[in-house]
Amino acid sequence: MFNSSIGRKLIMALSGVFLIVFLTQHLVINLTSLIPDNGKVFNFISHFMGNNPVVQFILQPILILGVMIHFIMGMYLEVLNRRSRQTSYVVYSGKSGASWASRNMIISGLVILSFLIMHFYDFWVPEMVYKYVEFNPLDENRYFHELQEKFYKGGVVKLFLYCVSFVLLGLHLSHGFSSSLQSMGITRGPIKIATKFFAIIVPAGFIIIASFHYFITTINH
Amino acid sequence: MKLNLKIWRQKNKDSKGKVHDYELDGVEEDMSFLEMLDFLNNKLLNEGQEPVAFDHDCREGICGSCSLFINGVAHGPERGTTTCQLHMRKFKDGETVYVEPFRAKAFPVIKDLIVDRSSFDRIQQAGAYISVNTSGNTQDANTIPIPKHNADEAFNAATCIGCGACVASCKNSSAMLFTSAKVSQFSLLPQGQVERESRVLNMVNQMDLEGFGACTNTGACEAQCPKGISVKNIARMNREYLLASVKK
Ligand code: HEM
Ligand code: FES
Repeated sequence: MFNSSIGRKLIMALSGVFLIVFLTQHLVINLTSLIPDNGKVFNFISHFMGNNPVVQFILQPILILGVMIHFIMGMYLEVLNRRSRQTSYVVYSGKSGASWASRNMIISGLVILSFLIMHFYDFWVPEMVYKYVEFNPLDENRYFHELQEKFYKGGVVKLFLYCVSFVLLGLHLSHGFSSSLQSMGITRGPIKIATKFFAIIVPAGFIIIASFHYFITTINH
Repeated sequence: MKLNLKIWRQKNKDSKGKVHDYELDGVEEDMSFLEMLDFLNNKLLNEGQEPVAFDHDCREGICGSCSLFINGVAHGPERGTTTCQLHMRKFKDGETVYVEPFRAKAFPVIKDLIVDRSSFDRIQQAGAYISVNTSGNTQDANTIPIPKHNADEAFNAATCIGCGACVASCKNSSAMLFTSAKVSQFSLLPQGQVERESRVLNMVNQMDLEGFGACTNTGACEAQCPKGISVKNIARMNREYLLASVKK
């Protein structure tokens, strides 16, 4: 089954939906950093996520595997699909009937991948070093402060890079979410409209959070 | 009216083709696109040149023989229309018009604008049929109750004329709209139940073997299909295929 075009699309869809679930919980946790309690709730959840063995040693590897499967299958399908047109058209109006987002999933996907690399370098790598290389003592209250510091130090350039990536994430999702339903054989209808809302609200949430911490810290310094 | 035609010319399957320029004066608004090409071919013949080869049969928009990628769109600028039903009043005097064959690895060019679409025939042969009891007590189809919705959906799917515009317009050269229409047409009706699972498995397998790409749900096929076949059929085929694979 997974050797067929439809089977490969199923892998794409399942890994995509899995990433959407991850993205939703990530947004919910990040939103707690906006609560005006000096990071109390955010620190509590971050500490739990960062030190719970199930999250660290089971869910985290599954997530990384999920991204890799989605990325590798996406690239593979792109190559196969390109090969199925040997001679290209002199004039090709791809616009007719198909949105930009749907025709350029590989571009938005690669931007998201670059973002992920940057984001890992910003947050994940220092976290791994802190915990598993330097074996620093547990500190339940460091997360909120570290988050604010990172956005302050990153400056407006990093904020801009984050925002651009989120816009492309929105485009990727605006097609990808409803496309994944279609790939799984679910006839789209009202759900399609819901997926478009999701594709706007979730990236917008991340943009608001990043901007909030950048501006608050910049004003306070 | 006068047109600047840029037409793909290719001697045969193995030769390298290229775009040729033709200036054509005296085109009338009431001509169909194919009549305009006939007019050009008459002129070329009179000048002792080789006429442009293109596919056609009914010229009524029902057989699916005509093709052509006109100014970057399958069957030209008018939606829901085959090339044979497209009229020159849709073009402006002095306009440059690119005419190319449908392009896909699974649709090799035979000559000029004619492509070999027998890959579609092979997909059909792989499963687009039903078994009918011919022992003498065959049930009259009209006596089998079919829900109106299913009958309508099956009929809509069956209006696919197999022209290949879906493949031509898809950025992935995917044949999912065509195959899904053919699968749906049978799987929605009682007569199609016997082969329901083997049909979808075999047809999708053949579609993949022919070298068509995979669907990324861009929707270009539905927009450029002269018969307005819905991408809902693709979702149905995915569902049928996945269920049949699990059961197998
Ligand atoms: C690592 C970076 C990524 C790359 C290179 C990438 C690439 C792709 C490609 C090429 C497609 C196929 C386009 C199509 O079938 O229409 C796709 C589909 C999809 N992507 Fe991504 N993507 C990435 C990250 C993500 C992330 C982070 C999410 C979710 C938060 C996501 C969600 C989806 C969904 C839901 C689909 C639709 C699946 C389907 O059509 O069946 N992608 N992606
Ligand atoms: S020639 Fe028959 S559909 Fe155009």
